[in-house]
Amino acid sequence: MNNTDLSYRIISLGDTAITIDFGNCIDIEINKTVLKFFSSLQQQPLTGMIEVVPAYSSVTIYYEVISIKKIIAVGTTAFDWMKEKIIERLRQPIDEAENISRHVKIPVCYENEFATDIIYVAEKKKLTVDEIINIHSAPQYNVYMLGFLPGFAYMGQLDEKIEMPRKPQPENTLPGSVGIAGRQTGIYSLHSPGGWYIIGRTPIKLFDADKEEPTLLRAGDIVKFYSITKMEFEKIAATQ
Amino acid sequence: MSVKIIKAGIADSIQDAGRYGYQHLGINPTGAMDKYAMQVANALVGNKMNEAVIELHFPASVFLFMQPALIAIGGANFSASINGEPVPHLHCITVNKNDVMQFQQPLNGARSYLSVRGGFLIKKWLDSNSTNLKANAGGFNGRSLQKGDEIVFNDASNYSSKLKGEEYKILPWSADIKFEEEATEILVLPGNEWERLTDSSKNNFTNIPFSIAKKSDRMGYQLLNNPLNVIVNDELVSTAVCFGTIQLLPDGKLVVLMADHQTTGGYPRIAHVIAAHHYKIAQKKAGDSILFRFTDHLTAENLLIKQQQHLIQLQNACNFKLNEYLTHE
Repeated sequence: MNNTDLSYRIISLGDTAITIDFGNCIDIEINKTVLKFFSSLQQQPLTGMIEVVPAYSSVTIYYEVISIKKIIAVGTTAFDWMKEKIIERLRQPIDEAENISRHVKIPVCYENEFATDIIYVAEKKKLTVDEIINIHSAPQYNVYMLGFLPGFAYMGQLDEKIEMPRKPQPENTLPGSVGIAGRQTGIYSLHSPGGWYIIGRTPIKLFDADKEEPTLLRAGDIVKFYSITKMEFEKIAATQ
Repeated sequence: MSVKIIKAGIADSIQDAGRYGYQHLGINPTGAMDKYAMQVANALVGNKMNEAVIELHFPASVFLFMQPALIAIGGANFSASINGEPVPHLHCITVNKNDVMQFQQPLNGARSYLSVRGGFLIKKWLDSNSTNLKANAGGFNGRSLQKGDEIVFNDASNYSSKLKGEEYKILPWSADIKFEEEATEILVLPGNEWERLTDSSKNNFTNIPFSIAKKSDRMGYQLLNNPLNVIVNDELVSTAVCFGTIQLLPDGKLVVLMADHQTTGGYPRIAHVIAAHHYKIAQKKAGDSILFRFTDHLTAENLLIKQQQHLIQLQNACNFKLNEYLTHE
């Protein structure tokens, strides 16, 4: 990747973290840059780096102030040192990581029992429930980032035909619930208050603390939903 | 070698310095709210600084020691007692088998830390012993401590010879936790959206003390402030956040993210509490007031170094005293 026209801003996130902002927007090309930079930092961490967290259009590095202070001049800051190291790293080409995208198929039951808001969404969007299901399950979605809950993947881009705002008040939401908000879709990985409209549920666990890799999805994955009946749902749920 | 919970507290859990390296999977770091107090409690019993401890909230659990052990309490002072007799805060104490430890009343602070020499024999989840209450993982069965729980110690040493038949023994030294002048202000660094505030809201942020709302917990503190106003209100896409990030909610109220915060957020970041002052805010409770004051990176980092140096001195002094006690007496 050629970095010469890479535009970014470096932002302080308190005294222990620093954010590299590539544009404050939801854009697949920017997100690809974010994920490449993220994986390059994971493979070759900067000195003093604790961890790195990618988001839609930013990468945040958490750093160890005390160990950095030991190697820098008195009167200078770990923040400035880190900032310099980041700029240096971004001057070099970011290695094309081997294809990190995995294709994941996720079964979703869109029946009313699980899809608690699908009728409301259909009414609002002047569509039939079947149309909502077809529109939601047609595309391949990119996992832009994980956040909010362990294993919660922010996916896009949702067809604008079923674009919804957030609920005025968060509601009690069960694990596996498939929600939509704006041009995004996501699956509640745990029982949680949720502000997205729920149009289905997957029997697949998005988060399992006992697994070596506890989350089903990673940023960069490509997800395709397919519709299942309640009977199929129960069958798969029994295996989880 | 264990301690048993004979009465559950409202929200006591096993915590260490936190779980790092998994935030990209949405797994939040959790960990002790007041890491400094946790480290002091560990130093007192000669532990590694980041060994797991029990974080207590008032009313706290009642503990029954099944074997003699070396323990200490740091952080908030909840008036600890052993077998009904008050025992001092910030001391190393040798407890005996069948000792009952309880906490009578909160004198200051919000969170107390019980350390045991050698730490607890608990399976780590993703490299940490911290309890992730949301994910029901880590710590003791992924949850707050309940009546009947028995937490096993790593250290199998027998301290009964040190007790000479007494119920417990308070070791004569105590931790000095004053490493900076006690200031009421909590120092912050400006957040990326600080400039979005109107001038009067900016003034209010640093001139008016904020009271902490009842709806405050390990996830975050809601502040009871007159709504702050913004000049620009562009939507932000979600980005990573930190312990100490002060977010502006759509209704103009502020929330300070604490140990169990989500990994990412999309609200304007007004400011960030500096790491060296996390301990101060962690010991605030609903109804307490806080005053924010801006500082710069150099001051913030130097304060953190000072705190660390103080801890290392404390640790060295405690180890020296403890070795003397354990080998000679």
